[in-house]
Formats: sequence, C-alpha cells, structure tokens
Amino acid sequence: MKRIEAITIAAEIAQAQGALLISNIGFPSRELYAIKDRSENFYMLGSMGLASSIGLGLSLAQKKRKVIVLDGDGSVLMNLGTLATIANYAPDNYLLIILDNCCYGSTGLQPTCTSDKTDLAGMARAAGTENVLKVNDPQGLKQALSEKATVILARVDPGNADVPIINLTPDQIIERFRRIFVPLEELS
Amino acid sequence: MIDHSQAIHRGLKRAGIDFAASVPCVNLGLLLDLISHDPEMLHIPVTREEEGVGVCAGAWMGGCRPALLMQNSGLGNSINALASLDLLYGIPLLMIVSHRGSDGEPIIGQVPMGKLTSELLKTMEIPSYSPSISTAEESVVKAWNQAESQRKPAALLFDLGFWGSR
Repeated sequence: MKRIEAITIAAEIAQAQGALLISNIGFPSRELYAIKDRSENFYMLGSMGLASSIGLGLSLAQKKRKVIVLDGDGSVLMNLGTLATIANYAPDNYLLIILDNCCYGSTGLQPTCTSDKTDLAGMARAAGTENVLKVNDPQGLKQALSEKATVILARVDPGNADVPIINLTPDQIIERFRRIFVPLEELS
Repeated sequence: MIDHSQAIHRGLKRAGIDFAASVPCVNLGLLLDLISHDPEMLHIPVTREEEGVGVCAGAWMGGCRPALLMQNSGLGNSINALASLDLLYGIPLLMIVSHRGSDGEPIIGQVPMGKLTSELLKTMEIPSYSPSISTAEESVVKAWNQAESQRKPAALLFDLGFWGSR
C-alpha cells in the first residue's frame, strides 16, 4: 500500500466522522493537503515528533470530537515517550495511525530501525495500550478504522507522491482550525 | 514551601489555567499535588518537556489554557518545539519553571543549564520573569495574559532563592 492510499482512506473516514486530523511534518502533510484540504486538518510544519502529542492534548480538550493523528515511524521513534503517555492518558476519542514506511521518507529514504528489528506496534502494546492493530493493505486499514483502536500501525511502501507544497501560512492553518470550536470574538 | 506553591496555584486559577502538563522537579512537588487535586485542572504528566510543549499546544488548539511545569533543564529539551511549533503558529503557553543551578545549587549538573536559561529565553524572544513570593500570584496572571495577547510562550522562573524565601 502506498502511503497516499492510506492517507486517502484516513481522510475519507475523518471527513465522514467530522474528525480532526493532525498530520506529520513533511510529505504526509503535503499528501493530505493534496487529497482533501479541510479546516479540520492541522498540518504540522515543524516540531518533528510531536504530532502524536499535539493530537493527545487536542483530544483531551475536545472529548466529543474524534481526533486522528497521522504520524510516521521516524517521528514516533523520535518521541517514544509519547507511547507511554498515550497508553496512560489518551481518551477514547484519540487514534494514532503510524504510517510505517521503515524510513525517513522526506529526507531521502534513509532506513529507520523499523526496517530491521524494531516493531512499533509491539512497543505501543508494551507501553500499555491494549487496542493496537497492525495492517498491511487498504482493506485491512478500512477494517481497523471501523474497530476500537488507540494505535493502528499501517505498513506502507517507501516513497512520496508527486504533490505540491502546502499553500497556507502557519497563521492560516491554525486560525481556521481554532475557529471550529472557539467563537470568533474570543479569538485573540 | 507550601505558601510558595499556593501563591503560584492561586495565580494559575486567576489566569484561568485549566490544563497542565508536567515533568517534575523536587521544588514543584507541592504545586503538582495542588494541580493534581484541582478538579478544574486537567493534569497530564509527560515523559519529556518537549512532549509537554506538543500536548499543551494541542490543548490550546482545542480551547484550553495550558501551562507546562518543568525544571529549567527541560528548556534545553524543548527549544525546537517552542520555536517551530509555538512561535511558528503563534501558540500561547505559560511555562512554570523551577530554575535550578543558581547560587546555592547543591547539584553540579544543574549549573550549566542554570546559567544558560535566561539567555536562551531572551534569544528566543520568550518573555521571562523571576518573581518573589509576594509578587508570584500576580506575575502568573500577567505572564499568561501576555502569552495570550502576544500569542507566544511566557516563562516564570522560580529559582532557589524563591523557594527558600519567607
């Protein structure tokens, strides 16, 4: 499965459920932007490793909204403590999808440790998350998204789609996102 | 030290802080207890300060008023997140920092970051204040108001002199 196929499936589910999407730095955000741009998408342009943490804080603040995080193997490896925090504090409306292409896809396909011995699904379970699902194809991902899960590890092929850069400023991304739940007059 | 912790806690309440992430310091122990038992605050202990910057950013995006409690050693762990998340997008954050490594510090490993802390914040154009116990409550409120109006982090540094003062 190509990563953009997995992101397309997640974006469709997110739109159908009115879910908030936090997407990882680099090509994953660009691919999501190209597939389906929505105010409910937060494109993380910096702070590598923190997509899962931003999504966690958001899911705790907005417990009635589904929050889906599109993260990567390299990024989760950079912030492994997040798996422990998620296991202990993530509410039911939180879902972390790790798009595992076994490499740093935005910097030239350098391999990560998941290309060899490391299993992030096993690490999420060992951190204490009970509902961890592992999928390899579009059908499996669709099925997993219909089940109760806190972490889904989706194996995807290395490689990036040919998509443009995100034509939004950081201000635009965050202002339209905040407006979903904070009344305009309260926005500073 | 309970008076010191209560003063900060009163400031957090007056500022409307309703979400806190933390990595502990021995000097923050009582304050962390107050926050954990405060039904109006959600407290999420995190594993690393940088992670806390991310969790707090998400909480603010969802409408909360977040504070990050940590030791100043954690500032070094958070620089990239403070810059390329909070400063980039204009995300406010109240940083409640136990400032170790100042005069009287018994742990030598605290000294290097202790000396760098104020300058690092200055370089990042993050406002920081070192209140006394008599100004702590008011300073917490002012720092949050500044963070919110300027849409950036603001830090309160509580050094060894603060915690030892009467």
